[in-house]
Amino acid sequence: MAEVQIANYLMNFGPQHPAAHGVLRLVMELDGEVVERCDPHIGLLHRGTEKLIEYKTYLQAVPYFDRLDYVAPMNQEHAFALAVEKLLGLEVPPRGRAIRVLFAEIGRILNHLLNITTQAIDVGAITPSLWGFEEREKLMEFYERVSGARLHAAYFRPGGVHQDLPKGLAEDIRAFCGQFPRFIDDMETLLTDNRIFKQRNVDIGIISQDDAMDWGFTGVMIRGTGLPWDLRKAQPYDGYEDYDFDIPVGRNGDCYDRYLCRVEEMRQSLRIMEQCLERLPPGPVSADDRKVTPPPRGEMKRSMEALIHHFKLYTEGYHVPAGETYSAVEAPKGEFGVYLVSDGTNKPYRCKIRAPGFAHLQCTDFMSKGHLLADTVAIIGSYDIVFGEIDR
Amino acid sequence: MDEALKELGEHIAASLPDEVQAWRVSLGELVIEARREGIVRTMTFLRDDASCQFRLLIDLCGVDYPERASRFEVVYNLLSMKHNQRVRVKVATDEETPVPSIVPVFATANWYEREAWDLFGILFANHPDLRRILTDYGFEGHPLRKDFPLTGFVELRYDEEQKRVVYEPVTLTQEFRRFDFMSPWEGAREILPGDEKATKGA
Repeated sequence: MAEVQIANYLMNFGPQHPAAHGVLRLVMELDGEVVERCDPHIGLLHRGTEKLIEYKTYLQAVPYFDRLDYVAPMNQEHAFALAVEKLLGLEVPPRGRAIRVLFAEIGRILNHLLNITTQAIDVGAITPSLWGFEEREKLMEFYERVSGARLHAAYFRPGGVHQDLPKGLAEDIRAFCGQFPRFIDDMETLLTDNRIFKQRNVDIGIISQDDAMDWGFTGVMIRGTGLPWDLRKAQPYDGYEDYDFDIPVGRNGDCYDRYLCRVEEMRQSLRIMEQCLERLPPGPVSADDRKVTPPPRGEMKRSMEALIHHFKLYTEGYHVPAGETYSAVEAPKGEFGVYLVSDGTNKPYRCKIRAPGFAHLQCTDFMSKGHLLADTVAIIGSYDIVFGEIDR
Repeated sequence: MDEALKELGEHIAASLPDEVQAWRVSLGELVIEARREGIVRTMTFLRDDASCQFRLLIDLCGVDYPERASRFEVVYNLLSMKHNQRVRVKVATDEETPVPSIVPVFATANWYEREAWDLFGILFANHPDLRRILTDYGFEGHPLRKDFPLTGFVELRYDEEQKRVVYEPVTLTQEFRRFDFMSPWEGAREILPGDEKATKGA
């Protein structure tokens, strides 16, 4: 019988697809159901954040960071605040640092809850997401109580945090820490040993340590391959070196290991949060350099100087000495960095945002080659991508 | 920490005398200015040398300095997990001169170089696939250049008659405003109209 040439099938996936986690468009070449080539088209959510920041004062730039990875907003602000503080040579008081760590870990749980549960949706389980969103709402309530906004907090500011914790919040977070492990256990009963979840995730999207480094992976993506790399341990910032916590690592570097790492990271985050609450030091929450941080409202009613400072800070802003720095934090998705160039004025000269998801998503072609179309969905689910930060 | 970085800087400068033009440690970060043509060699050395081991390209981006002769700077941020160190490498280029692509050294450079091309118009030689990445299909211009206006040149809307999205020149009901907050009592250096009258007698 004569050999028949069958042409490959070219398929467009997204940008409006529930498994695309936002606005990802994939142009795929399929041989039957096997992916031959996969070309992600990104930029559909590009809002020109970096350009906008160049036209705003340092304080006005903070809210843009909430809108990058809107699943864990405060972790992004953290990187920017650290970069500005480094250029200014500013020291954050202990209470401010402890509150930052507390909310960065809340952000990590927020993020992992969303990712784990949506990964479960991608492979066919809807219940975990319904449960997870309920817990997320509790955490976002903490965000709201401390900053006034569920998502776009603008709470971590250069110099510290905006305001102290309101009365009773610490106790409520402690109560949450007490009941949340039970939720994790419940969620794990749905997923960890679930037959379908394992069929769809174990041995899917395997990446070796060398490849992961070559592709610039960070965060859970590289820890899933067994490399214990975490900036909170390796290059601690804001006092992470004083907290006692472990870094979970995977063994095979597949989607399932990444899931397990995230589950364990949530437990570790709870540990850090409990330690934060235990030793929450008294004192101010932001640096008392009045040329950078605004005076308290009460002082403004009586002191002329405080009033002038307030006015100047919210109109002109502060001038940052010329220089450049790259500051990074261990965001839930990986290393989130800010490369900030200052020319001595009150606006950043250049602010490059290094989003972890950008590097991870790039690897889609490499990782999904030879997998089935349906596995590509599981792989994308395990990347933990949010388009706010990738497209910027 | 600074001592270790200084040692590393000396080591790199001594090993690559032709490539490293200058190096310094500022704010606890090692910065190396390298020759553009030899960037692939520099990157390969930084990745493979035993005392460097910068296996991760964390970030690659452009910076625009329109007043310089070579207006663009390409900035590479590298991370070594082995030695827990970071290094920043910079090369200068202009609108026409391409920078050799480092995709053969770091696979992850692919999208970052596409991004630098898209946003700044920096050319990369031997890049496997230098397409636009973040801006729209058919976009014109390079938005992160300093001479590109914040408001852009075109805006888009859905046209009911043509039943498709159309691009039109941008119209603003109000100009984009940049406030000058410099106080005349704090040594403002901007020359305002009428200033020549005040300084003439002095």
